[in-house]
Amino acid sequence: MEGKQTIMRRSALAAIAAIGTVSLVLSGCSKADDDKDNGDGSKSAGANAATKGVVNASDAKGGTVTYEYSDVPDSFDPGNTYYAYMYNLSRLYARPLMTFKPAAGEAGNELVPDLAAAPGEPSDGGKTWTYKLREGLKYEDGTPITSKDVKYAVERSNFARDVLSLGPNYFQQFLEGGDKYKGPYKDKSEKGLASIETPDDTTIVFKLNRAFQEFDYLVATPQTAPVPKAKDTGIDYVKDVVSSGSYKFESYEEGKQVVLVRNENWDAATDPLRKQYPDKIVVKLKVNAETIDQDVQAGTAIDLGGTGVQAATQAKVVNSSELKANTDNTYGGRLVYMAINTKLAPFDKVECRKAVQYAVDKVSVQTALGGPIRGDIATTVLPPDIPGYEKTDLYATPDNKGDVAKAKEQLKACGKTSIKTNISARSDRPQEIDAATAIIDSLKKAGIDATLKQYPSGKYFTDNAGVPKFNKKENIGLHMMQWGADWPSGYGFEQQILHGDAIGESGNTNLSQLDNADVNSMLEEAIGTEDEAKRNSLYAEIDKKTMEEAALVPLSYFKVLLYRPAGFTNLVSTAAFSGQYDYLNIGTTKK
Amino acid sequence: MTELSKTGAAVGEPVKASSDAPTAFLEVRDLKVHFPTDDGLVKSVDGLSFKLEKGKTLSIVGESGSGKSVTSLAIMGLHRLGARGKNVQMSGEIWLDGKELVTADPDEVRRLRGREMAMIFQDPLSAMHPYYTIGNQIVEAYRVHHDVSKKVARKRAIEMLDRVGIPEPAKRVDGYPHEFSGGMRQRAMIAMALVNNPELLIADEPTTALDVTVQAQILDLIRDLQKEFGSAVVLITHDLGVVAEIADDVLVMYGGRCVERGPVDDIFERPQHPYTWGLLGSMPRIDRETSERLIPVKGQPPSLINVPSGCAFHPRCPYADVPKGDVTRTVRPELTQVGTGHFSACHLSPEDRTRIWTEEIAPKL
Amino acid sequence: MISYILRRMIAAVILLLVVTAVTFAIFFLLPRLAGQTADQLAQQYIGKSPTKADIAAVKQNLGLDQPVYVQYWDFIKGIVSGATYDLGPTTAQCNAPCFGYSFKTHVEVWPQLTDRLPVTISLAVGAAVMWLVGGVTAGVISALKPRSFADRTFMGIALAGVSLPMFFTGQLALFLFTFQWPIFGRTYVPFTENPAQWANTLFPAWCSLALLYSAIYARLTRSGMLETMNEDFIRTARAKGLRERNVVAKHGLRAALTPIITVFGMDLGLLLGGAVITETVFSLHGIGEYAVQSIRDNDLPPILGVTLLAAFFVVIANFLVDLLYAAADPRVRLS
Repeated sequence: MEGKQTIMRRSALAAIAAIGTVSLVLSGCSKADDDKDNGDGSKSAGANAATKGVVNASDAKGGTVTYEYSDVPDSFDPGNTYYAYMYNLSRLYARPLMTFKPAAGEAGNELVPDLAAAPGEPSDGGKTWTYKLREGLKYEDGTPITSKDVKYAVERSNFARDVLSLGPNYFQQFLEGGDKYKGPYKDKSEKGLASIETPDDTTIVFKLNRAFQEFDYLVATPQTAPVPKAKDTGIDYVKDVVSSGSYKFESYEEGKQVVLVRNENWDAATDPLRKQYPDKIVVKLKVNAETIDQDVQAGTAIDLGGTGVQAATQAKVVNSSELKANTDNTYGGRLVYMAINTKLAPFDKVECRKAVQYAVDKVSVQTALGGPIRGDIATTVLPPDIPGYEKTDLYATPDNKGDVAKAKEQLKACGKTSIKTNISARSDRPQEIDAATAIIDSLKKAGIDATLKQYPSGKYFTDNAGVPKFNKKENIGLHMMQWGADWPSGYGFEQQILHGDAIGESGNTNLSQLDNADVNSMLEEAIGTEDEAKRNSLYAEIDKKTMEEAALVPLSYFKVLLYRPAGFTNLVSTAAFSGQYDYLNIGTTKK
Repeated sequence: MTELSKTGAAVGEPVKASSDAPTAFLEVRDLKVHFPTDDGLVKSVDGLSFKLEKGKTLSIVGESGSGKSVTSLAIMGLHRLGARGKNVQMSGEIWLDGKELVTADPDEVRRLRGREMAMIFQDPLSAMHPYYTIGNQIVEAYRVHHDVSKKVARKRAIEMLDRVGIPEPAKRVDGYPHEFSGGMRQRAMIAMALVNNPELLIADEPTTALDVTVQAQILDLIRDLQKEFGSAVVLITHDLGVVAEIADDVLVMYGGRCVERGPVDDIFERPQHPYTWGLLGSMPRIDRETSERLIPVKGQPPSLINVPSGCAFHPRCPYADVPKGDVTRTVRPELTQVGTGHFSACHLSPEDRTRIWTEEIAPKL
Repeated sequence: MISYILRRMIAAVILLLVVTAVTFAIFFLLPRLAGQTADQLAQQYIGKSPTKADIAAVKQNLGLDQPVYVQYWDFIKGIVSGATYDLGPTTAQCNAPCFGYSFKTHVEVWPQLTDRLPVTISLAVGAAVMWLVGGVTAGVISALKPRSFADRTFMGIALAGVSLPMFFTGQLALFLFTFQWPIFGRTYVPFTENPAQWANTLFPAWCSLALLYSAIYARLTRSGMLETMNEDFIRTARAKGLRERNVVAKHGLRAALTPIITVFGMDLGLLLGGAVITETVFSLHGIGEYAVQSIRDNDLPPILGVTLLAAFFVVIANFLVDLLYAAADPRVRLS
C-alpha cells in the first residue's frame, strides 16, 4: 500500500512533468502575452525583491484579492489552527494581542502590538505578563471588544481540547493551574481560568507557572484573537466567526471557498497595521496545484499555502531570466536534518555520531532535495532566518562533500570498524527518500551500512520514528527529519527537538532523544532571560553544544521558491511566516 | 469478373447469348458467386443455370457448402449485404419476371425484395428479431411496400396469421417470437414472407429446425399457399424426403455446380448421378430397418477454394474407377441430357449407370 | 413485478449494511489489528504535541473509547434516527439521515454530500451524454465499415482514450482550453444559476471524462454491432426490403445497444459516487474530491458517508439497469 502510494505519486509527477514540457513549448509561442501580464506599466522588481522590501507598494483601494490553496486548512477558526499560512491569513478577521510587523525577510520577525496597545509588561521576573488593549475596539456587529473576550478565546482554544484540538496548547503548559482547568465548555463558572485576570475591560494579565521571556510570541498566535462568549458555538464557530479585523466573512463554504468583505465596524484609528485595501478577499480551496501555478503566473491569484511552485513550474521559471525576475527564493525558517538516535548503540557514543557527521556528503543530499533553489547546505541547528543563528561549521569537510578519512578515524575512536543500522524516512515524500538514499551511499564509503526504512508521513511520529521503543526494536539509528519553529526564536525552534522533556513515548519530535543537562538548562535559562541579545547568544550556545554532541546532522536550510504574481500590491516575503507574503495588506491593481 | 466470364464454359443446360430475353418466370443463367478471402477465392456458386415457372416448385438439394443457400441469397440480392458481401464477385444473369437482377440497381432489387420475392429461413427463432412482437415485424414487412396506416397493416397481419393457421391471431399478434412454439414461429415467418403476395418464395431449409410432425404441417401449408397464390417456390433442402413431398423439379448441387437436375419422378425413379444415389441412400424411410437407415455419402464435402480436378465428386465416388483411364480425375463432366428435361454430369456410360442403379443401388433403397 | 421490486429493495438495504460494515471495519478495525491504539487514532485530531489529557478528551468525545460494535451501531442509528453531537458550549442535533459529524472539518457529513452532489451529478451526467453519443456513433460507424479509414481512426482514438490516464488528458485539456486559450470558465456555477456558464465550465472536464469512456463504448458498440449485423434477424430484415439505414437503426442498434445499457448503468452509478481524479484535476468540489480529502485525513465519518452514497448509487443503477433491460428485451422476465 505504501509502495503503491509512492508509485502513484511518482506517476502523477511524471504526468505533470510532461505537461510542463508542453507548457514550455507553448509558452515559447506566447512571449507577447507574458510581457503584457507582467507589466501594468511597471517593470518586474527583480528576483528576491520581496525579501528585501515591499514590492508594488500602493495604497490604492478596491478590487478583489484571490487566494488559492491546493488543500483545505485545518480550520478557519482562529482558535483551532496550527498552520503558518492560517496564522498569517486569519489576522484579516481575527486580531491577536501581538503580531508580526509586515516587513521583508528577517525584519518581519519583529513583534508589534495589534489588539494590545503595547507589548506585554513583564513582572515577577517574567512570570506575569500584562497587556492593555487599545481603545474603541469593536467587533463586526459594533459591540465592543473587551479583555474578557481575549481571556475566553485563550480558554476555549487551549483548554477545551476535546472539541478544539487542532491548535497548539502552549498556554495550557505555561499558565498557572493550566493542567487543572477543564475549559469553558465543561467549567461553566463565571470566573474561568484564575491565572488569566481581567481587572477591567481593557486589561488582561497572564500569570505563568515559570518565567517565560518570549511570551509576546505566544500571544502573537491567533489564539488570543477575541471571541465573544455569547456567539461561541464550539466547533461550529468556524461557520460564523465574529470578526475583530478589517474583514469579515461574507460566506463560508466548508472545503470549497471563503469570501471576506470589508468590516465596516473596523476602525483604522484603532489599527496602525491594517489598511483595508481590497473590497473583497476570496479564498478558493482544493484548487489543482497546477492551476494555482498558472494563476499565480497570470497574476490572478496568490498561493495561500506559500510553499512554493510545483516542480514543472520551477523548472520553467529558473530557466528563464525573465520569469526568474518574478520569483522570491527565501528561507522558510526550516531545517532539513538527520537525527541521530543518541540512545541506540553504537550511536550512544559521541564518536560514532561524529563519524556520521563527517561521512555525509551534503552536496549530494542538496541535489537530491532539489538543488540550491530548494535549500542552502546547513551546518547549524538554527536556520539563518531564526534569531540566534551563528554561522559555524564544526564538522567541515572539503566542499561539504564528506570526509571519509575523518569519519573512519572517529569510527575507530568509537571502537568500531563498521556499523549496521537503519535509517527512517517518509515513504510519501520522494525528495526525503532521495536524500536518505544519497546519505546511505556516502555512509557506505565510511563503513556505515544503513538500510532505508520507509513509513507513511501520517504515522511517522505517532507510530514509527516518534516512538522510541519502536526505534529500539527496529534498530533505527538515523531519522530523516524537517523542522520549523512555532515562533521565530531559538526557543521556539530548539525546545521541541532538543529538550529532554520533549521526549515522549509516542508523538516524539526529539528524534535524537537528546537529554543533555547543559542543553536543557540553557534552554530553561534562555526563556527566563529578559535581555534578547543574551537570549540569542544562549540559543547559539545551545546550537553549538548540540553540534558538539553530534545529535543531528544539519542537511539543508530549507528555501521556498515563490512566484510573485503581478497585479498585486504590497507584496513582502516575511521570515515570520516561513517566507510567505504577508497577507495583511495585499491589494490589487485590477479593479 | 472478366476472368470469370472467360472461364464460364462448364454450364448446365446450354445457354444462348445472354442478351436473349428469358422465357421462364425465373431464369438463372451461368450464375457465379465468388467470395475472395485471405485463403483464396471461395467459389460458392460456379456456373449455375435453371428455370422455374410460376406455380411450380424447384427443389435445390445438396450438402451444406454445396452453394444452394448462396444461390438463394444471390437471387434475393442479399449476398451483397453484410460482412461477407463487401468484395463479392458475381457474374451471370438472374431474370425474374422479365427483369435482370445481377446488373440491376441495388435499390431496385431492394424494392423487389419482400414484395415480388420473399424468403423463409431455417431457424425462425434466430431469424426473427427477439425484441419486436410478431405483429410488429409483419406490419413492418407490409408497410415497407405498402403505404398504409399501422392499423390497416395490423389488420393484414392478423389476417395472414389466421391464414397460416395460428390460433387466436388477434391475440398472438402481440406476442414475441420466444413466446411461440417452433412450428408456430415458422408459420408466423411464412405469414411475414407472404404478406405482400410475392410471386417467388424461397424457402431455405424451412423445416430443418422442426420436429417431424410439424415438418409435415409446414410443408402442407407451403403447398397449399403456393396453390392459392400461384407463386413459384424455390425450396432449398438437404432432405430428399421433403423434396419428394413437394417438388416439381429437383436440382442437385455439388461443389457449387449442378450435377443432376430433372423432374422429381425421374430423380427418384431413375437417378443418373452417383452423388444423387448417395443422397437417396442417406434418406430416411419409414419402411426401412433401423440398421439399414442413413448411409451417408462417405467423405468430406469438397473445398470451394481448391475444387477437385475433373469431376468434383471423384474423391468420394465409389465408381470413379469404372470409366477407363483417368478421365474422372482430369476432365470435368458436362451436363448431358439423359431423359426428358433430365440432365446429369457424369463420366459413367449410360449402360454402366443403368446397371449400377438397377443392380447395386435400387435394391438397397 | 411488485414483489420483485420489494425483494430487490430488501436485498439492496442488506447490501448497503454489509458495505457500511466492511467500510467501517476497514477504516476502523484494521488500524487496530495492525496495532494502532485508540490513543494513536485520537492523536490525529490533535496538533503537534498532544498531552495525555488531550488524547483522553478527544477519545471520549469521538466515542473512540467505546467498543467497535457500539460505534458501528451508533453510526447506523444516526442514519435512521439522527444523533446529537457535542460542539462544546452547545450540542447540535444532526437529523436523520445523519451520516455523522466530521471532527476534522467540523461539519456534518450529510449536508456536505448533498451540497457536493449536484457537482458530481453535473459532471457525470454531462460526460455520460457525451460519451454515449460519441462512443456509440463512432462504434456504429466503425462496425458498418470495418477496416475503413474511419474505423481505424476511431479505434485509434479509442485506444489512446483508454490508455491515457486522466492525469494526462485532464491536465492537457485544462492547460489548453482553460489557460492557453481561455475559452472555458474556471469556477463551477450551478445549473440553476446560469446554465450556459455551467456547461461552459464543465465542458473540458466532460470532454476528458467522455474521451476515457467513449473509447470503451466505441469498442463495445463496434463489437456488439459487428456481432449483431451477422445475426439471422438482420438478414430477415433485409429480405423484407428494408432500407439499410433502417436495418441498422431499428434492428441492429436496438439489439447491439441493449447489453451496453448494463455497462452504462454501472458506469454512471460508479461515477455518481464521485469521479475522483477528474474532480481533483479540474478542482471540482464533488463527492470524489470529498472522498479523497477524507481518506487523506483519515476522517472516518465522511469516508463512510461517501462509501455508502456510492454504494447506494451502484445498487440503484443496478436495479434500474435490470428494469430497463427487462423493458428492452422481452425475453427477460423479472421474477
